[in-house]
Amino acid sequence: MKKYIASRVGYMLFTFLIIATFTFFLMQTLPGSPFNDERLSSTQKEVLNERYGLNEPLSVQYFKYLGNITKGDFGVSFQFDGRSVSSIIGERIGVSAILGAQSLIAGMIIGLFLGIIAALRHNTFIDYGAMVVAVLGLSIPNFVLAGLLQYWVGVRLGWLPVAFWEGFEYSILPTIALAAFVVATMARFMRTEMLDVLGNEYITTARAKGIKEYTVILKHGLRNAMIPIITILGPLTVSLMTGTLVVEKIFSVPGLGEQFVKSILTNDYPVIMGVTLFYSLLFIIVILIVDLLYGVVDPRIRLSGGGRREGK
Amino acid sequence: MERILSVDDLHISFDTYDGEVRAVRGVTFDLYKGETLAIVGESGSGKSVMSKSIMGLIPKPSGRVVKGTIKYQNRDITKISNKELRELRGSEISIIFQDPMTSLNPTMTINNQIMEGILVHQKITKKEAEKKVVSLLELVGITNAADRVKQYPHQFSGGMQQRVVIAMALACNPAILIADEPTTALDVTVQAQVLELLKDIQKKMDTSIIFITHDLGVVANIADRVAVMYAGKVVEIGKTDEVFYNPQHPYTKGLLAAMPDLTIDQEELKTIPGSPPNLLYPPPGDAFSLRNEHALKIDFLHDPPMFKVTETHSAATWLLHEKASKVTKEIEGKQRVKIATSDQIAKKEIGKEKLLEVKELKQHFKGGKNSVIKAVDGVSFDIYEGETFGLVGESGCGKSTTGRTLVRLYDATSGEVYFKGVDIHKKNVLNLNKDIQMIFQDPYSSLNPRWTVADIIAEGMDIHGLYTSKANRMEKVYELLKTVGLAEEHANRYPHEFSGGQRQRIGIARALAVDPKFIIADEPISALDVSIQAQITNLLKKLQKEKNLTYLFIAHDLSMVKYISDRVGVMYQGKLVEVADSDELYDNPLHPYTKSLLSAIPVPDPEVEKKRIRIPKGEWAIESEDCKLREITDGHWVACTEDELDSYRSKSEDTALLV
Repeated sequence: MKKYIASRVGYMLFTFLIIATFTFFLMQTLPGSPFNDERLSSTQKEVLNERYGLNEPLSVQYFKYLGNITKGDFGVSFQFDGRSVSSIIGERIGVSAILGAQSLIAGMIIGLFLGIIAALRHNTFIDYGAMVVAVLGLSIPNFVLAGLLQYWVGVRLGWLPVAFWEGFEYSILPTIALAAFVVATMARFMRTEMLDVLGNEYITTARAKGIKEYTVILKHGLRNAMIPIITILGPLTVSLMTGTLVVEKIFSVPGLGEQFVKSILTNDYPVIMGVTLFYSLLFIIVILIVDLLYGVVDPRIRLSGGGRREGK
Repeated sequence: MERILSVDDLHISFDTYDGEVRAVRGVTFDLYKGETLAIVGESGSGKSVMSKSIMGLIPKPSGRVVKGTIKYQNRDITKISNKELRELRGSEISIIFQDPMTSLNPTMTINNQIMEGILVHQKITKKEAEKKVVSLLELVGITNAADRVKQYPHQFSGGMQQRVVIAMALACNPAILIADEPTTALDVTVQAQVLELLKDIQKKMDTSIIFITHDLGVVANIADRVAVMYAGKVVEIGKTDEVFYNPQHPYTKGLLAAMPDLTIDQEELKTIPGSPPNLLYPPPGDAFSLRNEHALKIDFLHDPPMFKVTETHSAATWLLHEKASKVTKEIEGKQRVKIATSDQIAKKEIGKEKLLEVKELKQHFKGGKNSVIKAVDGVSFDIYEGETFGLVGESGCGKSTTGRTLVRLYDATSGEVYFKGVDIHKKNVLNLNKDIQMIFQDPYSSLNPRWTVADIIAEGMDIHGLYTSKANRMEKVYELLKTVGLAEEHANRYPHEFSGGQRQRIGIARALAVDPKFIIADEPISALDVSIQAQITNLLKKLQKEKNLTYLFIAHDLSMVKYISDRVGVMYQGKLVEVADSDELYDNPLHPYTKSLLSAIPVPDPEVEKKRIRIPKGEWAIESEDCKLREITDGHWVACTEDELDSYRSKSEDTALLV
């Protein structure tokens, strides 16, 4: 098992290196420069380029950049004079993390619940109702949902604040806007998996032992149905991360996503690269956690020394 | 005897989009204390649904009990509340399913799975329950039970898993044990062990067992009484001897005749024509009349009631009506004449030409990082032109891999395969693909569901360009369909429109399309019902005669192998342990593994089964360097060392003297 984790971490570092390289060179192909304000004279521009090391050859810049990353240094922001990218990320990530975790947890719980109910009441009104909710959640983009929530719940009904981040009630609407997708995905997957698992003979065997129906569902059904569900946790987390970019902007939430969008608009290269790398790193870690979770839920994987499920 | 359960006029239906499927249509029987009642029938006969209804386990909401009662201890199981039902389940009535792999929860330790039922029904502590689990596992013959309880199902072999399932079913010492095809997924030797275990437990605990199966050999082995089900009805019920030796219903007679008899040579198996009726539209009268060549007029109109043959034996056929006694005699007479004429058997002529020579074939697969799975480990045999060479062995012995490696579905690790003197593993000759064809086990997954039957059959011809025009192509397809017993109009249909037996016919037609010389049939009948198995086996035999085909027949069903094969090879752990003429092998097995294998096959004859003594797997020097196939007598080869050779020779001389 240790060997397995070590090799996985090795692959992760390699993936990370490739992503870092890609973002660096992609950034170079972007048109414009951070200092293209017409009011700046050419000497002033030269001084600024000199100061931020932008006049050096590309290869030198690249290796400096890689070297700094290993030290956890993502460089200095062009926009905010002298502030390091790491400190900007550090300051912003807290809000985003709360919003993301809240959406993921709430979305998963509601989604799992809907999915299980739909499976147990297969082909009834409840099943169809849950699936309508799921299809709506998948098909309405979060920026549309965000706008609708702001207008109806925030402005027309006046129940909840429409913007900013000054307490729990401020987080409710952005959380709903983000969680809708999670609820929908979870509900649909859970329904399919649960139906599949409930058709298995060990469920009939469990019933034949005379144990209560909810014990059958929870003890025998849920755990087995969860195994494939774990697979979609990775992509779900990613969609949440990208979701925060837009949703934070719409609700003026001072999170990392909002900063990211701002930095793109001002060509603040170090921040863009820093945040991109940070997101990639998060994603890679999530995938590793998901793979390790398989082993926790499925003893067939745990005991055979790790590895992904066959065919996945 | 004390009556423990009585089922009366039970009707069960399933509501589907197409309409009401009447799976069980009026079943009546009693179960007595301490007896084993076998319920026999083909797939779709309603035997499984009926047995599940005894525990209130019919899938809802689609399934429902339409009418009838299931009485247990003065209570009607079809009417009691869910709570009462839960109290019965596991404690009074238990069930074992066919596939132990799927009836155990893969994510729970076996300790927890067995204990769960105990804790629900008995007021004991967890500690006591844990102790009970260990003693239960010991009872069903699991060694090191105390250590193994913490393991998960996948850490047990198939036979051991089924023992765990049995332990689970016995946890609360139930009065009735329902065993739904409990040995069908197991190898014969494991099957024999599980059957012995069930008998043993029954003796100790005085449990009543309802044993559902389609294997008449197993019935003869284990049952006190037999009920034969057809199209949702019990058509005959009686003591095992009565049903086997004095069958009354034409369906029972047909089933018994369709089993190959190991003791005599038969030219052709008796078959039951057609296939079971669709229970969406159950036919009026006796449902079997459509497949019964001697059906009476009344069979098509009125449902026959149960006629008593003896106090314990009754059958639902109009032939037992007093007015039909004359007809009954006539039919019996006709059958006797038939048997007499079919007695003469012409011994098949087998060429002396070697069609296929296999030399030291090895097929190794990479397992984990450092392990190698030796699926086939040095197999050598010859197949002569026109013969059928049977390859038998238990699952995992490498018989299927051998077949697949021969046609290069896998690239052999080492060894040589000569087909008509050409090493086919060196050259890639397209023509050889034409000469060697395969028939697969599962007729459901081996046909592309999106292709028409015509395209499936003609694909080989397309590849090899074996026709001149489109019309010519269809002509050939029609001809092939006729050859395998299907009709022209089937050509434009899709595989899902056919029954299992018909699909296997399509598979055979596909193999025949390119005019092969040699066909590898990999378990071609094991997925089919008994009456259909006989049809397909007869078809294969007929085709061999007509087209001078050579077969490699791979199977685990030893009785079918004996019936169809001229010579048989027995495989064990990737090696051939014995090769001989099929009669010689069955009459005079030499290798200890063959002996043990043969002694485990249940025979559909209760008298034989009563006398059966199972020979446990002996020991032999399989790992020895010197161990290879040696000829003991003419054409009889056994894997042995130099030392063992002499003892085999002297043994076989002894038996020769006795004969």
